[in-house]
Amino acid sequence: MDYLKAFLCGGILCAIGQILIDKTKLTPARILTGYVVAGVLLGAVGVYKPIAEWGGAGATVPLTGFGFSLAKGVEKAVAEQGWLGVFTGGLTATAGGIAAAVIFATLMALLFRPGDKR
Amino acid sequence: MSKKRVGRRTVQLDAPPSILSFAAIGGKLEKQGPLAACFDELCEDSFLGEKTWEKAESRMQQKTVQTALDKAKLHAGDLDYIFAGDLLNQCIGTSFGLREFEIPFFGLYGACSTMGESLAMAAMSIDGGFADRAAAITSSHFCTAERQYRMPVPYGNQRSPTAQWTATASGCCILGREGEGPFVTHVTCGKIVDKGVTDVNNMGAAMAPAAYDTISAFFKDTKTKPSDFDLILTGDLGELGHSIVRGFFQRDGVDMSKNYLDCGMLLYDREKQDMHAGASGCGCSAAILCGYLLPGLRAGKWRRILFAPTGALLSPTSSFQGESIPGVCHAVCICTER
Repeated sequence: MDYLKAFLCGGILCAIGQILIDKTKLTPARILTGYVVAGVLLGAVGVYKPIAEWGGAGATVPLTGFGFSLAKGVEKAVAEQGWLGVFTGGLTATAGGIAAAVIFATLMALLFRPGDKR
Repeated sequence: MSKKRVGRRTVQLDAPPSILSFAAIGGKLEKQGPLAACFDELCEDSFLGEKTWEKAESRMQQKTVQTALDKAKLHAGDLDYIFAGDLLNQCIGTSFGLREFEIPFFGLYGACSTMGESLAMAAMSIDGGFADRAAAITSSHFCTAERQYRMPVPYGNQRSPTAQWTATASGCCILGREGEGPFVTHVTCGKIVDKGVTDVNNMGAAMAPAAYDTISAFFKDTKTKPSDFDLILTGDLGELGHSIVRGFFQRDGVDMSKNYLDCGMLLYDREKQDMHAGASGCGCSAAILCGYLLPGLRAGKWRRILFAPTGALLSPTSSFQGESIPGVCHAVCICTER
């Protein structure tokens, strides 16, 4: 059941992105940053938390989940160390994801040669 | 006024130079397309045996020039000039690809209109008496163009439905004072036309007004109409841009529905190859000219064609700054008779 929920949740988020690419003039880069910002905003107003609880990885792995983590991190850091947390909380909470992205990307670039698109 | 000028914008060449030879090289997708048989060589490997895609594009240009020279039984030293360009910053595809030939070099940037621009310059330099033989070449490579204009290919960007696919292809023709033809008879140099389109995924719409501007100027200057040509071919407007140009002419009461095609619609099977709006890139119109049009003219399939490649004169920086996309279109009339 968890798998199904994650699939549905992630699938809906991706489908929205595909509709934005097909139907609007938004570039993929704008959609990407838009998703992160949307995750921050939805996280800040408390809408994303229940979605993440229901959808699991289907909500936390997509880019909106990254935004949600940023918001959550800031919230936590502000509670612990005051307003300085606005600056430190987001990146602290997402450090694992960012470091993993950099390390794995470097590793892949060393191991493989980029291929053609098709 | 110059004797060679007709009307406001068109040049009528006194002694139309002959196209002595031509060559086209393509990549894997071009091989899967409907015009595969038109290419002199098709390279399955997008790297062409090189280390980077930029080197691959240079190698492709070098091979194309060599093939055209071989077909004309000429050597690099026989050429007085080479007019060439590509889509990369500082035109490195060309300068690195052609450096070994040691041919006097005029570097051009006309975005995807470069084949028309280089062909026009080569023809005018010969007709003007400044050269006996000159070459025109351009190329594009999907993977280098993606890095140049959008994102590096390994980033895995999604394509929008109106996006065109940059062809991995190159075309070269060698022109001379005398020869069996086909002959370049007229040139209409394009103006920079900008109607304020800012959507970088819809370059066909951005370039269509430039195509209309140049082609209608050509018709007016030469007192011709579409039916005087066997084929009228714009650069790479794609499906959308093609229909916009047709609409513009329809508004003027000029029927372009019978013999007007666009290079971007020919190179790939858009349905089977999932090519969205069609092909683009300097190499698209260059390969269509050198692999399809010129052999067709030689074979007697057509007698008179108007080749009008279009270019979108944007840069990634101008797009980021929200600027609109200026377009340009150069028209070259090619006939089997002088």
